[in-house]
Parts: sequence; C-alpha cells; structure tokens
Amino acid sequence: MSFSWAKPYQPKHPFMRWLDERLPLPRVAYGAVGGGYPVPRNLNYWWNFGVLAGIFLTIQIVTGITLAMWYYATGDGAFNSVEHIMRDVDAGWLLRYAHANGASFFFVVTYIHIFRGLYYGSYKPPRELVWMLGLVIYLLMMATAFMGYVLPWGQMSYWGAQVITGFFSAFPLVGEPIRIWLLGGYAPDQAALTRFFSLHYLLPFVIAAVVILHIWALHIPGSGNPTGVDVKDEKDTIPFHPFYTAKDGWFAAAFVLLYAIVVYFAPNWLQHPDNYIPANPLATPAHIVPEWYFWPFYAILRAFTTDFVLPAKLWGVLAMFTSILLLFFLPWLDKSPVRSGSYRPVFKRFFWLLVVDVLVLGWAGGQPATPLPVAIGQIAAAYYFAHFLIILPLVSKYETPLPLPRSITASVLHGEEQESAPAGVKSGKKSTVAG
Amino acid sequence: MVRIIGFLIGLAFAGVLLISLFIGVAQYVSNPPAPLPEQFYHKEPKALHLASDGPFGHFDKRQLQRGFQVYKEVCSACHSMHLVHFRDLKALGYSDAEVKAIASQWQLEVPDINPDTGEPATRKATPPDAFPSPYPNEVAARAANNNALPPDLSLMTKAREGGAAYVYSILTGFQPQPADLVKKFPAAKTPPNLHYNPYFANLNIAMPPPLTSEGQVQFADGTKPTVDQMAKDVAAFLVWTAEPNLERRHAAGISVVVFLLFGTILGYLAYQNIWAEAKRKVRVTGPLEPENKAKRQSAKRKAGIKGGSKAKP
Repeated sequence: MSFSWAKPYQPKHPFMRWLDERLPLPRVAYGAVGGGYPVPRNLNYWWNFGVLAGIFLTIQIVTGITLAMWYYATGDGAFNSVEHIMRDVDAGWLLRYAHANGASFFFVVTYIHIFRGLYYGSYKPPRELVWMLGLVIYLLMMATAFMGYVLPWGQMSYWGAQVITGFFSAFPLVGEPIRIWLLGGYAPDQAALTRFFSLHYLLPFVIAAVVILHIWALHIPGSGNPTGVDVKDEKDTIPFHPFYTAKDGWFAAAFVLLYAIVVYFAPNWLQHPDNYIPANPLATPAHIVPEWYFWPFYAILRAFTTDFVLPAKLWGVLAMFTSILLLFFLPWLDKSPVRSGSYRPVFKRFFWLLVVDVLVLGWAGGQPATPLPVAIGQIAAAYYFAHFLIILPLVSKYETPLPLPRSITASVLHGEEQESAPAGVKSGKKSTVAG
Repeated sequence: MVRIIGFLIGLAFAGVLLISLFIGVAQYVSNPPAPLPEQFYHKEPKALHLASDGPFGHFDKRQLQRGFQVYKEVCSACHSMHLVHFRDLKALGYSDAEVKAIASQWQLEVPDINPDTGEPATRKATPPDAFPSPYPNEVAARAANNNALPPDLSLMTKAREGGAAYVYSILTGFQPQPADLVKKFPAAKTPPNLHYNPYFANLNIAMPPPLTSEGQVQFADGTKPTVDQMAKDVAAFLVWTAEPNLERRHAAGISVVVFLLFGTILGYLAYQNIWAEAKRKVRVTGPLEPENKAKRQSAKRKAGIKGGSKAKP
C-alpha cells in the first residue's frame, strides 16, 4: 500500500490464483501482514505490543463467547452461573480465569503500546488518525472492561457499577435522569445487568472493526520507527513477513508464557476478594475500588475535594474525562517536528516523569481514600494535566533537538551488532556521528 | 488555538487540584482525624502453610477429610455452603458408598415436596444435592444469631484478604480485649454479643469462638484434635471448597508452561535464523568503509564476541 518497492502478491498455487481473481482476500492479508508490507528494519521490542494487543483481543473474544454459553445474566443467577462454570463446566475454570486475567493483560500491553506511542511521537503527522483511532479502541476497551466486570455480579461488580454510573449524576439537571436511563432503574439491577451483558458482547466486535481501521490508517504512511526518521528507500525496510512475524512470534510466545503463569498459578492475584461475595445492595464494601487498570483515573476522580465554583464531584468527573480526551489533541499540543523522544533531551526527561506520575496515580487510586493517598494523588493529577497541557506545548516550542541520523540504515549501521537498537536509543551522541 | 485552550484548561485543573491539596492539608493540620482502635490493634493474619500452597501445591486428602469433619460437626450448625455438593466429596477420597452415606445421614434434610399431596416436605439428601443450608432464609439466619448473618463458606478463602491464613487466624484469634485498648478508647469496649478478635477488620466479631476445647471433634484418623489443628484443617478444607479444581489447574499449568517455554525457545531460534540474513543485507548494502570495519572489530572485542561468524558475508 505504502511504498513503491512493496512486493506485489504473486499466488503460486492454481487455487490461490483462482481465489485471487474472484475474492482477493489473501492479497489483502499479504499486503497487510505479509511479505507485501515493508517495515522499517530498526524496530525495537516496544513495537511488538500492537500485535500482542491483537492476540489478547482474540483470546478475550474466544474465551468470552464460550463463557457466554454458560453464563446467565440474571440478578439471581449470574453469580452462581459463574461458580457453576468454575466448578462443574469442563475446563470452565480455565476459560473464566483466562478471560478475567486476559482483560488485565490486554490492558498491560495496550498501556505499553500507548506509552511507546507517546515516547516515539507516534501521534505526529502523518499518523494522527492512527493515534486517534487507537484512542477510540482504548475508550471502547474501557467501556467493555467495566461492563464485563459487572457481569459476575459480586460485591465489587455491583458497587463499581453504582459508582461509575453515578458519574453522570454529577452533571446538573440532566445528570440524574441520564443515570436512571442508562441503568434502567434507580440502582443497578436486572435491567442494568442484561444491557451490560448485551453491550459487553457487542463492543469487542466494534473494537475489532476499529482495529481494522487503525491498521488500515497505519499502512498508508507505514510503521514509524525508533529514530522517527522517514523511510527513504528500500534499504530502510524489510518485509513484515518473515522478519517481523518471526520477531512477533517468539515475543508473543514469551508474553503468553507470562500470562499462562498468572492464569494457572496466581489467577486471583489481580482480582479483588470482595468480588467473591455475591452482590448485596444493602452492604457497601469498606473500600470500593475498580480494577487496577482504572486506578489512575479513579485517583484523578477522587483528587478533587473542594467545591471551587463547581461541585468537587463535577470537577472530578470532568477532569477524568478530560484526562483521556486531551490525548486526542496531542498531535496539536506537541508541535515539535522531531518525532522520536530519543532526540529530544528535555522531552525525554518529562516523558519519564510522566511514566512515574501515572504509576503514582495508579498507586493512589488503589488505596483507600485516606488523607495521604489523596494528597499524593492531587499532586500527581496536577502534574498529569500540567504535563500534557502546559509543559509539552512549551517544551516543543523551546527545546533544541539533537541531530537526527541521515537515514534508518545509517542509524542501524552505527548500532553495530544490535540490529534492533538504533544509535539514538541509548544516547544522542552516536547519532551525531551519523547525522 | 488548541494550545491556548489547552493551556487554560490545564491551568484550571492543576489550580483546583492545588487548592484542594492546600485545603486538605490545612484541614488535616487544624483538625486531625481521631485515631481508631483498629489502627493500633488490628493484626495481619498469622502465617499458615498448607500443602495446597505454591505452584506445585496439591491437596492433603486426609487433612481435607478432617477439615470436612470439623465443618460438618461445628461450622455447619450456622454456616451454609450452598456451592458444594455431596458428590464433590469424592475428591476428598471418599468412595461412592461413603458419599451416599454422608448425604443420607446429614443432620439436615433437603426441602422437597410430598410426591402425593404436593405439600412442602423434606427428604434425605442424596449425592447430587448441595449441602443443605441451616436456615431457610436470611431473616431466619439473622433472627437466630443476634441479627448477624453467618456468611456462606463455599468461597470464604477467596472472598477474604489473606485467604486460608485469615480463616485460621480468626478461628484461633479470640482473646480477651486488651485492657489498654479500653483505657485508650473507652467507647471501643467490645459490646455484649460481640467477641474481641484482633484479626477481624473492626476487632469485634459476632461469631462466638467456635473451636473452644481440645477434642471437640474426634478425628477418624487419630490425629490429635487440638484447637490449632482443627482450625488448620478446616482452613485447608475451605481452600478446597473455594477452588476444587486447584490440583487440575496446577497440573495443567506445568504442562502449559513447559510447552510455551519450548515454543518460545524454538521461536527465538527461528527469529535469530531469519534475521541473520537481514543483518547480512545491511552489511553488504551499507558503506563498508575501513572506519566502520575497524569500529565493528573494536566493538566485538569489547563485547567479547569471537569471530562474529554469523555476520560473515
């Protein structure tokens, strides 16, 4: 699709030729993830996480469809049907643990994928739409994960649903009616459970559709690379297959190994014990916390404790939504022409500060709402907004980037033995030689 | 334009957060929250080691049978276990006949209807039945227990932080309330009908000490029934009721890990093999100036790589 030297699909087998003339699906696959897609030769391992996200989406859909064959979306039956799956359905425990932990791993790889994009400037022209479609996928993932967590109808499921739908009641006038309309009642109940199940089944397929758009949009300019330098000629690229299929293949096996260790040996490590207690609208858990992948946002929500002009709750909800939506504007907030953080000394420091900041936010969001975690969460949340909305635009204006390598091939040559580590990753000095 | 609006929004959020922080700190300093007794007296669960711990963990069937006996003779008086069926007991090493006998001799009968009249009735339990609950409903359970609800025990070790160690600590943790606690927090004196237990979140638990004396249960296998032993055994039993497929999971997990490890190694070797060609391509097509060659040699020497035979064109 992208480069003139991309190898065209040449079916050898008569059947494939026959098929290609009628339905050129193999041709599409060849151009998208086969030998017909030229990819920069210098991708490092941070570029493996997109494929991994696709693998985990597939795992979630397969295990989820199977679980749905046994699950009852009723207030009386949901909890017990999950336990029936765990106890009496053949390999039901495996399906359910694989699905519950698969969600966590899907978020792990997606977060790494997003932060890779932040560091290497993957949101910059000409890939703005790739970035924005990725954020749409992320938002859909959040909705899907939240609704999926409600389905076992344990205590955290129920109270999580209560808290999250309660966000809408923060908006004046229209908020409460919207909340009741969304839930189909005054509190989460049968109506909410059934519609959450319906949407939880639907959204993954919407995600899959947006993933296709995400990849389509990516293949127009082609993949970025750790130097951020554009592909100049054929020497800079290698075909996706067999080179990156081989690299993705072994790395995916290693990552699935990690996943298997959690599924088989610590399946409840990331689960909250309260969700093994059936939902009880009359007993509020001591600390309501969402799943770990929402902790940073939960910390931002709880960080607003003062009714300053607007009620604190409304501030919290607005800030939480803004914290994700602002990422859509990143291509216009960060105007630096240099893509890769490796050649941006000031940006790089702030980037790592942001990583630490989000980890601190995550910690604060997972703690009970006692004064210390809330105070730390407030500082971390303030930095989060300052980072994207104040620091990044200023850095991109005043920073002097390091000289870029002449080309991808030049950077690879100076990386000597490490074919996947371009000169710029470790220090900017080597790249000066190249450039 | 985007940057100006963004700048203002960022300033607003960061500003309100800093105001919130400032007010929060001021409030904390001027009016610190009163300390709670559980901050000082609550204890983390005691260490408990069971055969089911760890990645190679398996069930000690004799211990599970003892634990089942404790549940049957002590806990089941108040606590239901509605997710466990008599048929499941075969996993503890009981034969079909023994399971049948346990079901039919269970102290409670199963609700049913009279086959002739359709009137509500009860009948003896059979292996496919779940353990019958001691109370017909929550109201009855609360009425019999000073308005406290004895929780169902099927999932107890997964539904509490600390798991089996928590159960064991609660069962062995009953003690008189420390005198200095009452001195420091007069309002926190354990009320009547509650029982002091430092392993319980708010220190006072409604459950009276269930295991009180040695020999409360006579173990069929001759193990000395100390309170500690009974508590350990019933905690082990509750690990099984919460996760009956644990052994199967561990066994499958080891095969899967070995398989994936093998796959990862093969995949890595394939990757190395395929990429060797790509590396060579860079060398051939790239500028082979003497400067670069010398650099490569010195880098190799430094890294301790001998011939670099793989990269030879």
